[in-house]
Amino acid sequence: MESLQIPPVDLRLLTPLLIVVGWAGALLLIDVFFVPDGRKKITGYLAIAGLAVAGLAGIPLWNLSGSTFSGMLVLDRYSLALTWIFLIAGALSIAVALDYLPRHAIEQGEYYPLIMFAVGGMILMAQSADLITLFLGIELLSITLYILTGFAYPRVASEEAGMKYLVLGAFAAGFFVYGIALIFGATGATSLAGIAAYLGRQPFAPQEETLFLAGASLVLIGFSFKIALVPFHMWTPDVYEGSPTPVAAFMSVGTKGAALAALLRVTLALEEAQTFWLPILAVLAAATMILGNLGALGQSNLKRMLAYSSIGHAGYILLGIMVAAERGAEAFLFYILAYTLTNLGAFGVLIALEQRGEAAWSIDDFAGLYQRRPLLAVAMALFMFSLAGVPPTAGFMGKFFIFTAAYAGGLGWLVLIGVLTSAIAAYYYLRVVVKMFMQEPVREVRPELTRGLNTEILIAGVATLILGLLPTPIVLLVERSLVALGG
Amino acid sequence: MVPTSYYIMLSAALFAIGVLGVLIRRNALVVFMSVELMLNAANLVLVAFARERLSIDGQVLVFFVITVAAAEVAVGLALLVAIFRTKHTADVDEVSTLRG
Repeated sequence: MESLQIPPVDLRLLTPLLIVVGWAGALLLIDVFFVPDGRKKITGYLAIAGLAVAGLAGIPLWNLSGSTFSGMLVLDRYSLALTWIFLIAGALSIAVALDYLPRHAIEQGEYYPLIMFAVGGMILMAQSADLITLFLGIELLSITLYILTGFAYPRVASEEAGMKYLVLGAFAAGFFVYGIALIFGATGATSLAGIAAYLGRQPFAPQEETLFLAGASLVLIGFSFKIALVPFHMWTPDVYEGSPTPVAAFMSVGTKGAALAALLRVTLALEEAQTFWLPILAVLAAATMILGNLGALGQSNLKRMLAYSSIGHAGYILLGIMVAAERGAEAFLFYILAYTLTNLGAFGVLIALEQRGEAAWSIDDFAGLYQRRPLLAVAMALFMFSLAGVPPTAGFMGKFFIFTAAYAGGLGWLVLIGVLTSAIAAYYYLRVVVKMFMQEPVREVRPELTRGLNTEILIAGVATLILGLLPTPIVLLVERSLVALGG
Repeated sequence: MVPTSYYIMLSAALFAIGVLGVLIRRNALVVFMSVELMLNAANLVLVAFARERLSIDGQVLVFFVITVAAAEVAVGLALLVAIFRTKHTADVDEVSTLRG
């Protein structure tokens, strides 16, 4: 057996990741020793500052690309663009929590560093080109999310959601690791490049092929759990409903985005195995689009409705992954950005309506919102239109790009399903709009708008509109970000 | 030397027991143990193949898996203690206020 050699390490390529994780670790200590109780908002502001610094530190890396830790981690424009999206998602999730946590009497300074660790895990997933680092990123993200889900301790719903998420997440991790082990056994490699090189040397020994296929299936199951693809989606509505709303907002865009981004890199790197991936992904995408949207139809609880809608959206994004080699990757990045901003905005409105001690998530609580808070109602309508894919919003452009890419890639029948399910989705999104604008209030709900929340809804709303009205600059940026992604 | 296929068969059996344990057993502690069994089955495959292929990669991954498993269980037990304080049960079926 060869001796273990320390590979040369280029830490420059990991600057944003190191800043986020390092600052999160430092912030944990600062929070305990220097931030007095009752003023934990300071920790939140420091966390946002750390995320901002990490984002700025990424700018000089735009023209840099390369890999380090013997090819386990890569930096390219694809990973950098995702890093920025994740940083935005993290910062917005902290902004909405600044007042949410004290209002619900669950203010603990740890919330903010934990979000940062989760963001670090997401960046790690975007940058990893090896199944080992990918596993590490997924677990860093997941374990912090287990804690955050149960953060509203001692509220039973929150604890229960945390427990459910942990058991299913750990279960999925078991499949994932076993899959990696089998793939390693078949190919002798854990790096995507090494596996791709093995796949290039066809034909395989039949025994090795069986091992590889079994391993790949198990890895796919692990991914499906994390992304919440049907039929591995059962945990999503319960976990979203039970967890504190800012955490649900972060989860709906974070875990999904990062796991889908990693899946895109894996499928792109292992193009030789496409005949194996594609049919399975096609079935998963179809089932996810149909059942996700149908599930949302019957929900009267808005938080659960958004959970099901996020399942449906994962199905659309999967279409982009399947045709990633053509123009799908660009459509994927645009959709992730549009979906992240829109969904965080919608959850922001939900947080504004949530009162202490009770959950104002029933769709009836939105009735007549226009008369009481016109601007809030307009913002919510904008987010609902964007999620439904009505022009001129970000969601429309995202769906448009995804569907054209998928159609050009020869996935006509999946596009058909996508369009039909979007029509179903329009019903339950627009139902909220109708309630807000055309019906009288059923009961008194006093929305609480604070500075952090206002800023978040404003940013998300404006970005949703800009992405829908003037998508060209972003599309150009996205196109440029994919020049180097050759797999 | 024991052939690698023996290790694989053993680990597949352990993995299956772990999966069944998670699905069937209702005590949260036993569920955690079953998850551990799944992860350790994977570890066994990794070291077996690493020995056969004379490659160090698989053994490196085992260290990561052990670390992650420890972290996961730490969080899991903390949640379990929290739930036990409020509900006085460790039965996963009795903790079901959420629909689904």
